[in-house]
Amino acid sequence: MAATSQPAIEARALVKVFGETRAVDGLDLTIPAGGVYGILGPNGAGKTTLIRILATLTRPDGGSATVLGHDVLAEPDTVRSKVSLTGQFASVDEDLTGMENLRLLAKLLGYRGRAVSARAAELLSAFGLSDAADKQVKHYSGGMRRRIDIAASIVVTPDVLFLDEPTTGLDPRSRNQVWDIVRALVASGTTVLLTTQYLEEADQLAGRIAVIDHGKVIAEGTPGELKASVGAGALHVRVSQPDRRNEAQSILNDHLGVAVTLESDPAALSARVDDAERVAAGLAALTHSGIGVETYAFGQPTLDEVFLALTGRHAESEPEPDAGTDSVDGVMQKEDVR
Amino acid sequence: MSDTLAPDQTPADIDSILAALQSGERPKRPSLISASITQGWRALLKIKHVPEQLFDVTIFPIMMTLMFTYLFGGALAGSTKEYLQFFLPGILVQSIVFITMYTGVGLNVDHEKGVFDRFRSLPIWHPSAIVGPLLGDAVRYSIASTVIVVLGLILGFRPDGGVVGVVGGVVLLLVFAFSLSWIWTLFGLILRTEKSVMGVSMMLLFPLTFASNIFVSPTTMPGWLEAFVKVNPISWLVTSVRGLMHGNADGADIVKTLVASAVLVAIFAPLTMRAYRRK
Repeated sequence: MAATSQPAIEARALVKVFGETRAVDGLDLTIPAGGVYGILGPNGAGKTTLIRILATLTRPDGGSATVLGHDVLAEPDTVRSKVSLTGQFASVDEDLTGMENLRLLAKLLGYRGRAVSARAAELLSAFGLSDAADKQVKHYSGGMRRRIDIAASIVVTPDVLFLDEPTTGLDPRSRNQVWDIVRALVASGTTVLLTTQYLEEADQLAGRIAVIDHGKVIAEGTPGELKASVGAGALHVRVSQPDRRNEAQSILNDHLGVAVTLESDPAALSARVDDAERVAAGLAALTHSGIGVETYAFGQPTLDEVFLALTGRHAESEPEPDAGTDSVDGVMQKEDVR
Repeated sequence: MSDTLAPDQTPADIDSILAALQSGERPKRPSLISASITQGWRALLKIKHVPEQLFDVTIFPIMMTLMFTYLFGGALAGSTKEYLQFFLPGILVQSIVFITMYTGVGLNVDHEKGVFDRFRSLPIWHPSAIVGPLLGDAVRYSIASTVIVVLGLILGFRPDGGVVGVVGGVVLLLVFAFSLSWIWTLFGLILRTEKSVMGVSMMLLFPLTFASNIFVSPTTMPGWLEAFVKVNPISWLVTSVRGLMHGNADGADIVKTLVASAVLVAIFAPLTMRAYRRK
């Protein structure tokens, strides 16, 4: 769908405080309509709180947010009629079957009579859940569970769909299925706001990405722009003769024309470099000198490197939050409270 | 998870998903009554999947009725049959009022599991998420009432008010139970675990039901206790139900019971909804 002039979501100076924790701390964000927008950040960055505010589940303490031009505080019911959400915190009823859950939502959303079961059956079949229609959701596998959660979110097709970490804990096959579903949603014109801790996921799906840390947007752009903002690509080399690494360093230095760094791995060297010709020449020289190249990797920086460059730490090395987070707020779980 | 279904072979069908998205037009918003009934249906579906949860409205009331009738009957009224005429409406109230606390426990579980967050994100009449389960509970209370009255009739309970009187008494009890439940819905939303909901409910229910005229007439109690029993709404309810069932109801007690019910709803329904919306 072509982007319209009306942004799907606009947040201005948004603030949400839980006790001592500023979960969202002066966040500004404009999300265009159409496509997938990725919200990337480690646990506790404030991703889930942001989604909850936008879905009218949590009242912000400051700032403003609109969804398709409707203020989340002034017109919550209008916002609710435009959005849908899927996440660990907005779940289906595990004690009911897949069929019953979808019928329940269809009824609550205004379907009547035979249309209720017809809609539920249509969704179950589309999501490959017909065989499990009459099993309680608590007996579903992780992948099936995620599919019923998404199906429950599109009983009525939303204009904006919030997907909170939709593939966390899924095996690669189920994850690819969820990705396919997200692409189908986008093809139908829904704007998808996706939060994730997985850099690869944002890279795969999102047209634009906001990187969030400590409740603020610290970078925003297309995946390509974010990578470019880190500067050059990177060359990683492991040499066959680690005892000659210093020699290798000076050879590469000469050919690449940039500083070559010795890594903590005693056989590894790395350099920030863009020029593929020079890289090829440098690697050839290493082979020629007899030091030998065991492995090498050359390419654009990964989003993990982007995160490292932006925050000074790796996105995925963030320590797990405390288990005892309930004390701050019964509902705000691990994501938002550290 | 050993409990999951066989590995799912059927993948999602992207073309069908696209088709489903095309046909997902928003129908007209349901009325508040229809939303509440749908939520009540959800509560009844849970009974269908876990029928064991009907123990509290079947076995528990039978146990209470038999135990207290035979424990106290001889000592308090000379014979169990004599005592039953006085006691059966009381134990009916006691049993139903006690099982109202499961409302709060169930709500707490829904809340913790995130089911409520999905409802809260929908454009529906939000009190339906609370009123619906209370309507479902009314079905449970009706089952329990039927069980107790039938058991009473078997044991020798002979209500002079006839069918109309007995049904009238049960209906008044259901109205009061619905109103009282709003206290537990509030606790269900603001307390953190189902155990704490249970604990607080018990703490309130024991004095409310035992310090009443359910088991004995308050005239033999010390003055301070008699004074409490007389202003305890449970006593008004028991007197009314007794009166209706035996055909000698006092209108004033029924009015007092209904006023107490209205006051409970007026105070605790808004507090419950505030707790539901907050977060």
